Amino acid sequence: MWQFFHKLGSPKWFFGISTRFMPWLLAGGILLLMSGVIWGLAFAPKDYLQGNSYRIIFIHVPTAFMAQSVYIMMASAALVTLVWRMKLADVFVKAVAPVGLVLTFLALFTGAVWGKPTWGTWWIWDARLTSMLILLFLYGGVIALDRAINDEKSAARAVAVLVLVGVVNIPIIKYSVEWWNTLHQPATFKLTEKPSMPAEMWVPLLLSVLGLYLIFGWLACVRMQTEILSREQRTRWVKEFVMKGRV
Amino acid sequence: MNAEVRPAVRLASSSVGVLAAMKGVFARDMRVAFRQRQDLLNPLLFFVMVVTLFPLGVSPEVSFLSEAGAGILWVAALLSVLLSLDHLFRHDFDDGTLEQLVLQPQPLFLLILAKTIAHWMLTGLPLVILTPVLGVMVHLDGNSIAILCLTLLIGTPVLSLIGAIGAALTLGLRSAGVLLSLLIIPLYIPVLIFGTGTVAAAAEGASVGAYLALMGAFLMLALTLAPFAAAAALKISLSNA
Repeated sequence: MWQFFHKLGSPKWFFGISTRFMPWLLAGGILLLMSGVIWGLAFAPKDYLQGNSYRIIFIHVPTAFMAQSVYIMMASAALVTLVWRMKLADVFVKAVAPVGLVLTFLALFTGAVWGKPTWGTWWIWDARLTSMLILLFLYGGVIALDRAINDEKSAARAVAVLVLVGVVNIPIIKYSVEWWNTLHQPATFKLTEKPSMPAEMWVPLLLSVLGLYLIFGWLACVRMQTEILSREQRTRWVKEFVMKGRV
Repeated sequence: MNAEVRPAVRLASSSVGVLAAMKGVFARDMRVAFRQRQDLLNPLLFFVMVVTLFPLGVSPEVSFLSEAGAGILWVAALLSVLLSLDHLFRHDFDDGTLEQLVLQPQPLFLLILAKTIAHWMLTGLPLVILTPVLGVMVHLDGNSIAILCLTLLIGTPVLSLIGAIGAALTLGLRSAGVLLSLLIIPLYIPVLIFGTGTVAAAAEGASVGAYLALMGAFLMLALTLAPFAAAAALKISLSNA
């Protein structure tokens, strides 16, 4: 158990193990995402109220879901950075913050595109939308702070504090549709209840969420590996890796 | 700056109790601030000027101002607190006082809490006191002004406390001012929403108890957690310098 814990902190070990996982993550992610999206866009039944315009849900929900999920993962990693000073944790935070920013932007963008035909407007100052916008700002702040501090270690720890402070926004986003009367519909998936839509709709949606998860995993590995290589460029194993092409 | 204006913190002995140490930090911050009165006035002038921009820039109509007045005052107060945050640690950081503070045997988060309370007394509280005057100028009715003052009284300490985290994180960085705003404004938004929401609810004749309770909850949350985050951030920034 402890050996595993120590290994988890070693960039070299992670570099080796992630290289083995990555093809599977990418292949599984593409397979699930494509089947979910194609099933959703082409074969799932039409919504009786919204017609075909609801089909953007197969992009919107996965990105919105991931945008929040990535922040929670970042926050967990930030806690690990502050408590155990684990090198990989701050590599993770730094590597995935831009991914989270892009996912949040995509969620807002697809939401706007979906809002136009169904609500009749691109944007409203609704609790869910506003709190997602705050999430976008938080990601932006994290990236800006990281860039502003030159020293790598201080940057990592300062960013960790900021990420943890920003966590208060996550429950606000999550429950905004339940606490306030908003235009945005409540959550599509809940752990405790059956989805309110028919299986032909929620199964492809679930597939695309899982697919995006895997693709995010792959992307996180790629970005972490790049970050590790640049941080550890003076170590012997990185030099050997560059010369021989393997760890 | 010379030592006459900025006396050293004197609590080096560990026999000084935590409360006495907090009192010492608080008293020193107040004394330093009152020796440089212009710094105290600046955020207030800024507050008044920002409020002035809205009638001139948007519309001087009574109907618009009485509707948007509470929001304008809240935004102006928020910006003015944001502007003053740079002073919270900057001078102490420049002349080394902050390092001495970190080295004190008393827990750093309590000393920071004392500093933040002093900061609020010097910026947030004067804003609240000035609000009735500006409220009359933007044609708010008496009830709205009272509620607005109450929300600012609960809300501005939250702004100071959250701001302390941002000020500590950006200490000693290039372009710290803009970065500080970028980091802190997202965290200020919930306070702003509930602050103006309370006044709007009161104007509609609804009960404001729930709103005020939520703002009180914000204050308690910030009061208990923000000093810890600010202390952690301060230690990181100092080790970086």
